[in-house]
Amino acid sequence: MDENASARLTRRALTVAHRVGLFLAMLLICLPGIWIVLSSLRPTVEIMAKPPVWIPQQLSFDAYVAMFSGIGKGGIPVLDYFRNSLIISVSSTAIAVAIGMAGGYAFARYRFRGKSGMFLGLMLTRTVPGIAMSLPLFFVYARLGIIDTHFGMILAYVALNIPFTIWLIDGFFRQVPKDLAEAAQIDGCTRWQAFWQVEFPLARPGIASAAIFAFLTCWNEFALASQLTRSVNSKTLPVGLLDYTAEFTIDWRGMCALAVVMIIPALTLTYIVQKHLVGGLTSGAVKG
Amino acid sequence: MKGFKPSAPILLLLPAFVVLAAVVLVPLLLSLYSSFTPFRLTRPETFFVLIGFRNYVSILGNPDFWYAFGRTVLLLTVALNLEMLLGLGLALLVEKATRGQRILRTLMMFPMMFSPILVGFQFKFMFNDNIGLVNNALQSLGITQDAIPWLIESHLAFTAITIAEVWSSTSIFAILILAGLLAMPKEPIEAARVDGCTPWQTFRYVTWPFVMPFAYIAMTIRSLDVARAYDIVKIMTDGGPAGRTELLWTLVGRTAYSDARMGLANAMAYFSILLSIAFTVYFYNKLAAARAQIGAEW
Repeated sequence: MDENASARLTRRALTVAHRVGLFLAMLLICLPGIWIVLSSLRPTVEIMAKPPVWIPQQLSFDAYVAMFSGIGKGGIPVLDYFRNSLIISVSSTAIAVAIGMAGGYAFARYRFRGKSGMFLGLMLTRTVPGIAMSLPLFFVYARLGIIDTHFGMILAYVALNIPFTIWLIDGFFRQVPKDLAEAAQIDGCTRWQAFWQVEFPLARPGIASAAIFAFLTCWNEFALASQLTRSVNSKTLPVGLLDYTAEFTIDWRGMCALAVVMIIPALTLTYIVQKHLVGGLTSGAVKG
Repeated sequence: MKGFKPSAPILLLLPAFVVLAAVVLVPLLLSLYSSFTPFRLTRPETFFVLIGFRNYVSILGNPDFWYAFGRTVLLLTVALNLEMLLGLGLALLVEKATRGQRILRTLMMFPMMFSPILVGFQFKFMFNDNIGLVNNALQSLGITQDAIPWLIESHLAFTAITIAEVWSSTSIFAILILAGLLAMPKEPIEAARVDGCTPWQTFRYVTWPFVMPFAYIAMTIRSLDVARAYDIVKIMTDGGPAGRTELLWTLVGRTAYSDARMGLANAMAYFSILLSIAFTVYFYNKLAAARAQIGAEW
């Protein structure tokens, strides 16, 4: 009886500990984001208050209104930045996925010499740190006159995304059983038809997540963009964030508002892909 | 199509190689060349003067560079290990949860959506000595009365950067390790329990070997873009105070764009590239070994 009771007690204690641990972990993960959203809605006086004001007294969308009201009225050309970010991210994602699909298919379906080495080589091009990459690119782009253009940024981001896109898409094609495409070919499809009619539809959710991942990489990239963009012609949102910093002061409220604007598309897209993303990265990690 | 069959994979990979050659390889060769010149952006003619290994020699003799190098390696080691441990812990916590797993998993991925530069600003804001959340909380709870100079004192600044880095990347480990835990067959665990293993032994000898490849995938992915830390450091301290949190990458950026000494910066950049490659190859090999160990197909 005693043993039973103590076992039950231990079990209950463990459950409680687990709940508390989980709660604390989630709190730590979410708190910074919540704080940003909250700060974007509070007046600057409250953010700067000493002693701190814990319970928000007045919430307003002033920061967002100011941000979108243009230069001179306390705003920054956020619409330009948004448009640039969108154009650059979408086009480089489309190109990177097209190239990545070709490459991923090659790695998933063919055996050829030096395959493993080639895969690693592709990955290694991705390891070059953005800032190290930006030095020669800056020089080459300056010579070609494509600094501060959409084209230059798109080109750079395509190259940035190809290795990872190939990795992901390779994983998704591997999950599609080979036999299906072979059966289609026996039934008279060409390999090309078999790909588009059988393998592509099956791998489509995965490819979509690879696309979204590539999009997020472009959307969030800073090191390259900060050197290769100069003006509203091509500045992206992450670079635009710096507009809120002056030499010694930072407009915290405005910056938090822009941060929220930046994070919302990313949040939505990540939520959509989360399931497939993990599947693509880990396929081939275990037999099955 | 039939005549091309042997070269089909090469044909398919060709676009990828062309783009990467144009945007990565050629510029890298160019930067390799310019690392042997005293090239300055302000004086284009210096691009054609060869000075041999003088840039490299001056880097090797420069204590600032070695401090930055050491600090970079230290940050990566500490951050990656912490992320690994915390990610494992988080994955185990979430896996144990009986209800609301889907929501927990989504919450867990939250930091992944943050752009590194956003992470930098966010933590700069939170660690601000005057109005930051951390100091406000500490003062309101009565733990301390002083404004702790988080980003101004060198050790604290390094700690703050590590925290930001760990916060932003732990979820990658957690999500991948969780995928491993969920994909794991239940029989071996039950067998181990029947055979009288303690929970620790079950974890150490059954669960962990199975989850290891997933952890190494996360490591490989992380090592592909460890340099994201540049964005965070650039924003939080910009290498300050007095260069005490200068990492390899911020040093390269400063030398290139503020001092306009491209040749020297390119030479430094090569060290950072080699460092990244070393990390990636190391984890990639570990991944292959871990896969082989549990008999996965490659």
